[in-house]
Amino acid sequence: MANFDWAYLFEISLTGIAGGGLYALAALAFVMVYKATRVVNIAIGEMLMAGAYLFFTFASMFALPLWLAIPAAVLGAGLLGAVIERTMIRPLLGEPPISVFMVTVGLASVLVGLVEMIWTADQRRLPDFMPTKPIMIGDAFLAPKVFWGAMIAVVFIAAVLLVFRFWRGGVALRATASDQAAAYSVGINVPRVFSLAWVASGMLAAISGIIVGSIGGISSSMGVFGLSVLVVVIVGGLDSVLGALIGGLLIGLIEALAGAYLGGEYKLLATFIVLVAVLLVRPYGLFGTHEIERL
Amino acid sequence: METTSSPLLQVDGVTLAFGGVKALTGVGFGVQPGSITAVIGPNGAGKTSLFNTISGFYKPASGAIRFKGEDITRVPAPQRAKMGLGRSFQNIALFRGMTVLDNIKLGRHAHLKTNVLDALLYIGRARREEAALRRDVEERIIDFLEIDHIRHAPVSALSYGLQKRVEMARALAMQPQILMLDEPVAGMNREETEDMARFILDVREEWGVTVLMVEHDMGMVMDLSDHVVVLNFGQVIAQGTPAEVQADPEVIRAYLGAGDVGDLRAKLQRAA
Repeated sequence: MANFDWAYLFEISLTGIAGGGLYALAALAFVMVYKATRVVNIAIGEMLMAGAYLFFTFASMFALPLWLAIPAAVLGAGLLGAVIERTMIRPLLGEPPISVFMVTVGLASVLVGLVEMIWTADQRRLPDFMPTKPIMIGDAFLAPKVFWGAMIAVVFIAAVLLVFRFWRGGVALRATASDQAAAYSVGINVPRVFSLAWVASGMLAAISGIIVGSIGGISSSMGVFGLSVLVVVIVGGLDSVLGALIGGLLIGLIEALAGAYLGGEYKLLATFIVLVAVLLVRPYGLFGTHEIERL
Repeated sequence: METTSSPLLQVDGVTLAFGGVKALTGVGFGVQPGSITAVIGPNGAGKTSLFNTISGFYKPASGAIRFKGEDITRVPAPQRAKMGLGRSFQNIALFRGMTVLDNIKLGRHAHLKTNVLDALLYIGRARREEAALRRDVEERIIDFLEIDHIRHAPVSALSYGLQKRVEMARALAMQPQILMLDEPVAGMNREETEDMARFILDVREEWGVTVLMVEHDMGMVMDLSDHVVVLNFGQVIAQGTPAEVQADPEVIRAYLGAGDVGDLRAKLQRAA
């Protein structure tokens, strides 16, 4: 410990935070659905995967140019979100949360099954679309894909925050999240808000999926990324956008540090220890609402 | 104020059932334009069920709701709100975590017509609407309901009486033709009740809004209402002017059970 390598720590931290940006984007997709509809979507990782495979299909199989393939994949994922909401979630309106939860567990398996049927279980590579020039921040080296992936995530997170702050659809979503009866009574079409939340969630998941897939390749098991996303949203507070963002960075950082200093096999262990610790101190997550407790 | 003009809202033989339990049976009455109409009845008589049916949360098994002569029985709740049915709730339903002003602004949601691009660029219609909205909200409703001092306060921090007032403000922001108030003074002290009674009268006088309310406070109902509908076990057992209803033996029986009719009549009259 005499000559601790601070530069290395800095480099690892940067990588961790950049990776955390991706968690934050995916967590945002989760929080959007939870906030509006109170559905815990366990299939968030699989929706990520679906988006990545759509991109793979458009870019590699149909050989569409990137500027067409990416929007097509994102729109396709939005459509998928709408179909899921309409066919699986809305019929369960008013059923106990555990039923809906179980449906999303099933949805995860269905999506994995579909991917294996259509694209087989083989690992695939997504076409490279990010610059490959190494990124140097001070003396620290950052893998270009990780850096640019984080940048894209930041741009989309900012866009989502702006849209949902100022667009009336976003306001309607926040209002619905706050009180459904009141939302109905001021003329907000609540079922449409539910659809909107799922569509937006599907699109955001697809963007994360495309970035994650470009960094590490895609396979039918890439849904495990969703496991870390669930840790992020539980740590941050299921219904908190701020929690998703800060939780994402935090978990990204912890995973990177644990991976570098303890070894790759300790990554998940470290994040789950953080999860347990946070839940012990703050059962509603760092920024979740305490509504249930207060009522 | 019994008029012969066609009612603004007409409830026709509405029957509502939850499984085998009938919450409403053949309920029918009309709300005259410009009137204050009250629905009263013992606990569990079906008053709130009736309100929820009128605003579209429940679908009746039979019967019809007509608004301005149009059958709206199958129209979904948000659409009814846009048509001009504003309401408050018995257990306050405000957007918690937002300010008073945000809540009131959301009352205008139904009337806004902007798309994403406009909102992002904050141009054209969005800006004009926003400006018009702000004037409308600030100068009229907030002043009218005397909630200027709490404009930027989060609603969850307000007293019960003020929350009820904010709820009314939000309903008013919808510029409704009928303002439906579910127990506007429940749980309020004398002073708050009197304030609310004054607001209800002024809403009718100054804004020309027809009021339909469910209320337990007999004194207030008898003072304010033009027309009173009495529900018991999901059925209309009497309706008419406050005086007529007070004198109705059915009503007295419903409130008292059997016996001691004279006693209750005295009580009702004292209250009124």
